[in-house]
Amino acid sequence: MFGKLTLDAIPYNVPIVMAAVGGIIVGGIVLFALITYFRLWGYLWTEWLTSIDHKRIGVMYILLAMVMLLRGFSDALMMRSQQALASDGGAGYLPPEHYDQVFTAHGVIMIFFMAMPFIVGLMNLVVPLQIGARDVAFPYLNNMSFWLTASGALLVNIALGVGNFARTGWLAYPPLSELHFSPDVGVDYYIWSLQIAGIGTLTAGINMIVTILKMRAPGMTMMRVPIFTWTALCTNMLIVAAFPILTATLGMLSLDRYLGMHFFTNDGGGNAMMYVNLIWAWGHPEVYILILPCFGVFSEVTATFSEKPLFGYTSMVYATICITVLSFVVWLHHFFTMGSGANVNAFFGITTMIISIPTGVKIFNWLFTMYRGRVRFEAPILWVIGFIITFTIGGMTGVLMAVPPADFVLHNSLFLIAHFHNVIIGGVVFACMAGFTYWFPKAFGFRLEPRLGKVSFWCWLVGFYMAFMPLYALGLMGMTRRLNHVDNPVWHIYLIVAMVGAFIILCGIGAQILQIAVSIYYREALRDVTGDPWNARTLEWSVASPPPFYNFAQTPVVHGLDPYWEEKQKGVDHKPLPVYRRIHMPHNTGTGFIISGFASALGFALIWHIWWLAIGAFAAVIVAAIVHSFNEHREYYVPSEQVAATEGQYFKQLASQEA
Amino acid sequence: MTTQAIQSEPISAIADSIDAHEEHHDDGSTTTLGFWIYLMSDCILFASLFASFAVLRGQLAGGPGARELFSLPYVAVETACLLVSSFTYGMAMISMQRGRQAQVLGWLVLTMLLGLGFVGMEVHEFADLIHEGAGPDRSAFLSAFFTLVGTHGLHVTAGIVWMLVLILHILRRGLSPANQTRLMCLSLFWHFLDVVWIGVFTVVYLMGVA
Amino acid sequence: MHGANPSMPVPHGEDHAGGASHASVRSYVVGFVLSVVLTAIPFALVMSGTVSASTAVPAALGLGAVQMVVHLVYFLHMDRASSRTWNMAAFVFTVIVLVILVVGSLWVMHNLDVNMMPGMMPME
Repeated sequence: MFGKLTLDAIPYNVPIVMAAVGGIIVGGIVLFALITYFRLWGYLWTEWLTSIDHKRIGVMYILLAMVMLLRGFSDALMMRSQQALASDGGAGYLPPEHYDQVFTAHGVIMIFFMAMPFIVGLMNLVVPLQIGARDVAFPYLNNMSFWLTASGALLVNIALGVGNFARTGWLAYPPLSELHFSPDVGVDYYIWSLQIAGIGTLTAGINMIVTILKMRAPGMTMMRVPIFTWTALCTNMLIVAAFPILTATLGMLSLDRYLGMHFFTNDGGGNAMMYVNLIWAWGHPEVYILILPCFGVFSEVTATFSEKPLFGYTSMVYATICITVLSFVVWLHHFFTMGSGANVNAFFGITTMIISIPTGVKIFNWLFTMYRGRVRFEAPILWVIGFIITFTIGGMTGVLMAVPPADFVLHNSLFLIAHFHNVIIGGVVFACMAGFTYWFPKAFGFRLEPRLGKVSFWCWLVGFYMAFMPLYALGLMGMTRRLNHVDNPVWHIYLIVAMVGAFIILCGIGAQILQIAVSIYYREALRDVTGDPWNARTLEWSVASPPPFYNFAQTPVVHGLDPYWEEKQKGVDHKPLPVYRRIHMPHNTGTGFIISGFASALGFALIWHIWWLAIGAFAAVIVAAIVHSFNEHREYYVPSEQVAATEGQYFKQLASQEA
Repeated sequence: MTTQAIQSEPISAIADSIDAHEEHHDDGSTTTLGFWIYLMSDCILFASLFASFAVLRGQLAGGPGARELFSLPYVAVETACLLVSSFTYGMAMISMQRGRQAQVLGWLVLTMLLGLGFVGMEVHEFADLIHEGAGPDRSAFLSAFFTLVGTHGLHVTAGIVWMLVLILHILRRGLSPANQTRLMCLSLFWHFLDVVWIGVFTVVYLMGVA
Repeated sequence: MHGANPSMPVPHGEDHAGGASHASVRSYVVGFVLSVVLTAIPFALVMSGTVSASTAVPAALGLGAVQMVVHLVYFLHMDRASSRTWNMAAFVFTVIVLVILVVGSLWVMHNLDVNMMPGMMPME
C-alpha cells in the first residue's frame, strides 16, 4: 500500500537529524499559527501564491533561495567542524553514512536550490522592468516554474526526515548511484527533486528568452538592451540548451534503477563513463548559467555606483556571447583523469584556457568603468570590488587546473574545492548579495540598513579567505575531497583555521538576517520615495518603488542605452501623462501551485515505489493542465481611472518629497 | 516638472499606437516562438539519447543484436504511418487557413488514427521483444534502443492526447485565434517528431541491420 | 484602435495566428513525395543487400539528413525569409550545440573506451 515506506524510514537514532527536523516542524507550526492568527491565508493566496506578477514571483524565488541557503550552509558548518575535529586521529561526530549525505546535500542545495533560484529570481524581478514590459511573455508558466522549483526543494527537505538522501556527491556518479551500490531511496530523492525542479528551470528559461526577444519597448534594439538583460538572455539560452542533457541523463539513471536497464551499470554492457561525460556536458554550461547574470549584476552596480556609463558595452555583449558559445566546448576539463588520452585532454585544456579571455575583457571593463568615476562606497560596490579580487584569484587557479598534467595532481583534491568555491562564492554569491542590496528598494520600497550591509560584506570576505585559502594549501599537500576523517597533524591546523573562517561567514549571514529585520523595523526612515534611490541609469528605476503591478502606465519609448539616465539629463523624467489608458493584465492562477503539489506527490510516490499514488498524481498533473487550457477567463482590464489614481498618488509622493 | 516638453508629443503618439497594439496582445507569434524554443530543447534531449545509443550500440552483453531483432518491412510500415500523418496534419493546417472547421477536424482525426497506428505497431514490437527475452534490461544496447525509440513513442502519444484535447477545444470555440495558435504549435510538434523519426529509423534500424 | 499613428509601422505577424510562413497544398505534396523517395532509397539499399554496409550506411545518413531538410523546408516552412526571425537563430544555435554534443561525446567516449575498456567490443 505504501510501497517501501514504513515508519522505520524516520531516522529516530540520528540525534542531529531529529533535532533539525524537530526545529523545522516547530518553526513551521509557529509560522502557520502566526499566519492564522493574523488572518493572512487569504492575502497569501491571492497576493503571492497565485500571483503571476513577475516581481512577486522573483521575490518568492529569492526567499526560497535564502531559506535553502540556511540549510546548505548548515551542511557546510557541519563539514568544516567534522574535518577540524577528525583530522588528528579522532573520528569526529559525523559517521560516514551521515557525512556523505551532508556533502551531497550541500552541493545539491547550494547549486540547485540556492544559486539557481536566487539568479532566476533576480532575472524575474528585474528583466521585464529593464526592457519596459509589463510582465514576462508567459505569466502563468512563470508561476508554475516557480512552484515546480519549490516542489523539488520540498522533496529535498522531506528527505531529511523521511528516509535518507543520496551519499554519492552532488552529481551522483554511477556505479555508486546505481541500485547495486545505493539500494536505498537516497538517490531517488536526488533524481526526482532535480527532474521536477529541472522542468521548472527549463520553462523559466523559455519564458525569459521569449520575453527578451519579443517584449522589448519600442526603440530598444538588441544593442540598447541593458547589460543585465543581455546576460539574462545568454544564460537562458544556456539553460534551454543544457538542461535537457541533465533531464536525459538522470532519466537514464532512473531507468537503470527502476527498470533494471544497463546504461551505466557495471554489468550488461553499461558504461559509467558515459554518465560522467553527459553530466558534465550539462554541468559546465550550468556554471556559466550561474555566473553570467552575476556578471550582469556587477555591470549594472558598477556603472551606477561609479556614476559613469558602463565602459565597453559592446565588448561586454560580445564577450558574453563568446562565453556562451565556448561554454559548450570545455566540459571534459572536469574529468581529465578519466583517461581520454593526451589529444583529447590537450584540446579541452586549450579551450578552457581560451574561455578565460572574454572574462578577462569583462574585468578590465569594470575596472575602466570605475576609473575616473565618482565611486560611492556603498555595500553593492563593496561586493563588486570583493568579487573582482576574489574571482580573479579563483579564475587563475582554474586556468592552472586547465593544464592537464597539473590537473592530474590536483583533481578531486581540496585545491579543486577551493577553486570552485572561490569562483562561486566570489562570483555568484557576492553578486547575489550585491543584486539583493541593489534591487531590494525597488522590490519593497525601502532600502536595507547600510551599516549592517557593510558588516555582512566584511564578514563574508574575511570568512571566505579564512575558510578557503587553507584548502588550497591542503590540496597541494595532497588532501583529497570528501574525507570523513584522517590522521595528519600537519593538516589539522589548516582545517581548524578553515572552520573558523566558516563561522565568520556565519556571522556575515547573521548580519544579513539582522539587517533585513532592522530594515523592516526602520522602513519609514529608509523609505525610497522616488523609486530611484541610487541615481541609476536603466528603466526599472524610472517607476515607483515598488512599481505598480502593471509596471508602466504607458510603455516607454527608448532612444539609446541607459534611457532613464538620458531622461534625467534632459529633465523629462517623471512626467505625468495627460491621459491614462486602461491596461490589459492577466488574472492570478492557482494552477501552477496545484500542478506542483501533484508533482511533489508524484516524486514522493516514485521515490517510495507507491505505484498507485504515482499513477494517480501523474494523471492529476495531466488533467489539471488540460482543465487549465479550457479556462478562458484569463485576462481583465485595469480601468483607466485606477491607473490614473495610482500614478497620481506616486506623483503626489514625488512632489511632497521635493517640497 | 508639470510642463510637457515639446519632444514628448510625437513620443506619446507613438506610445498610443504601441498601447493600442498591446491590446492585440500575442498575435500567436510569441506563443509559437516559445513553443519552438521548447522544441529546440527537446532536440537536445533526443541528441543525448542518440549519443548514448551510438556509444552503447555495440554492447550486446552476449545477447541479440539489431540483425536478429529488427524487421525492416515492419519499420517501413511504421514510417509510412508517420509520414502520411505529417501530410494529413499539413492538410489540416491548410483547412485552418481556409477557415473550414469540419475539414480541420476530419484531417485531425485521420492524423490521430495514423498516429495511433504508429504507436500501436511500436508497442507490439516492444512487447514481442520483451517476450523473446530481448527487453531493455537484457543489455546496454537494448536499454538504449528501448529508451530512444520509446521516448519518441511517448512524445507521439502525448501528441495524440493533445490532438484529442484540441479537437474538443475546436468543437467548443471553433477556429478562434487561440485555437489557431494551438494548431500551429501542435503542427510544429508533430512535424518535429517526424524529423526525429528520420534519425531513429536511419541510425537505429537501417544502420543496425546493414 | 484609437490614436494609431499611421506613419509608425506597428510590427505585426501575419493576420492569422502563428506568424509562420503561408502553407500551401503544393509544399506539403512536394515535401511528402520527396520524403517518400528519400525513405524508400535507403530502405531498399539496406533490405536488398545489394551494396555493402560501408556504402549503405553513409548513403542512409546522407539521405536522412537531406530528408530532415525537406521536412524543415516543406513542412515546417523554414526558408530564407525565416532567417530574419528568431526561430531560425534558435534553430542554428541548437544545431551547433547538438553537433558539439554528439560529435564531442562520440570522440570522447571512443578515446575513453580505447584507453580504459580494453575488454569491451570497440564501439562504432
